[in-house]
Amino acid sequence: MAVGQALVETRALIKSFGPVRAVDGISFTVGRGEVVGFLGPNGAGKSTTMKMIAGFLEPTSGSAYVAGFDSQRDPIAARNHLGYLPEGAPAYPDMTVADFLAFVAGMRGLSPAQGQRRLAELVESIDLADVWNRRIEALSKGYKRRVGIAQALVHDPDVLVLDEPTDGLDPNQKHEMRALIRTLAPTKAIIVSTHILEEVEAICTRAIVIARGKMLADGTPADLLAHAPHRDETMQQLVKTTPLEDAFRHITLDQAGV
Amino acid sequence: MRALVLIFRREFAAYFATPLAAVFLAVFVGVSTGMTFFVSNFFDRSQADLSSFFTWQPWLLLVLMPAVGMRLWAEERRLGTIELLMTLPVQPWKIVLSKWLAAFAFAGLALVFTMPLWITVNWLGSPDNGVILASYLGAWLMAGAFLAIASCISALTKNQVLAFIGAVIAGFIFVMAGFDLVLSAVRPWAPDVIVQVIASMSFIGHFQRITDGVFEASALVFFISLIGFALWLNVQILDARKAA
Repeated sequence: MAVGQALVETRALIKSFGPVRAVDGISFTVGRGEVVGFLGPNGAGKSTTMKMIAGFLEPTSGSAYVAGFDSQRDPIAARNHLGYLPEGAPAYPDMTVADFLAFVAGMRGLSPAQGQRRLAELVESIDLADVWNRRIEALSKGYKRRVGIAQALVHDPDVLVLDEPTDGLDPNQKHEMRALIRTLAPTKAIIVSTHILEEVEAICTRAIVIARGKMLADGTPADLLAHAPHRDETMQQLVKTTPLEDAFRHITLDQAGV
Repeated sequence: MRALVLIFRREFAAYFATPLAAVFLAVFVGVSTGMTFFVSNFFDRSQADLSSFFTWQPWLLLVLMPAVGMRLWAEERRLGTIELLMTLPVQPWKIVLSKWLAAFAFAGLALVFTMPLWITVNWLGSPDNGVILASYLGAWLMAGAFLAIASCISALTKNQVLAFIGAVIAGFIFVMAGFDLVLSAVRPWAPDVIVQVIASMSFIGHFQRITDGVFEASALVFFISLIGFALWLNVQILDARKAA
């Protein structure tokens, strides 16, 4: 591996769409066993950063590495180590869950026998048995998300990049998804994007706060809490907030210069 | 190689996932034979050949092939599955090629369904079956060229209707290239070489030579290299969109 223990590394990643700088100089590393939460308002550049790590978008400048391989210059090697859940968990609606996952397993280079064995494990751990032969277009949002996770795990990758894995799930499903991510955590490097703050506390070992394409904070959830402004307990709050929400608002609103 | 087969299978099956494939095949066979019998008056000609069938193929394929090819990339983009597909450990050209091959196979199937006509002319007389076979191959290759153009344009948008219209317009230019309508517009100002080049791009010109029974290598080379170029361009478009 080119970069020590880091399974994911970005170096001064910049992405411009015309005059807009969606990602503006993001550098960080993620090692095995870490679950990093990408935290930020909508449109902060979380998805764009993830797309560059996955190699779907080419950075305007800077580079992203997966398991030491450059996502752009060595894309096949990088992708072999990466499981990626794109935003919205896209999947082919006309395929059944079984066919779709078998397709991904084949494309990932698993032999049909290996694929069958691996899919049998995933049916168990992700609880897909009920919908196994159903077309993806007929699935609920929760199941669709789970199919997306299964697809990312087919080749048991070292690195998982999950764009809003719990978006649109009900509280029970959210709980299950978080439990799953936690069981996967020790052997992998995982990046999870979210704008749900409780998620960071629930599953992440580290949080990176992004707003307007810039990294505003990088630390454990406890570190983040230190950013929370001192609370005036006597003040009547109109909207109840948690300390983490206060910290988030403080970081993303104040430091971005609003 | 395995990736090529897997994508081909998925894409080919996708055509049959909805009733669209059946509708398309019915329209293609219906219009092809309808033109042959009612517009070209197949029976009145009293000739045991299929030229009254093949005359219409460039025009029919011009409209119907974009309908087959428009979904190839536009749909992936609309569904977001392009992000999944393009982050699999497979070279983009393999994906482009196998998607096109699936559409090409589907076009071949549509042509196979018109073969009762071939049987009919053999029953009515004794046609030159070599010419008919060559014409079928020529029509299939021309369909492939229309599909490659459609695939290329489909990669530019997530709107299938736009992809369809764009592909019909681009195909129309190739179909019309040999006609005086186009050439006389170019001739007054362009050097002879340019006029020759444009005329040599004509789908109808190349196809007609095949249906006339002169199966020249040049027509074959023309369609195959056009397909190759369009698919290469398709890969470049995908690459450029990545950096956009």
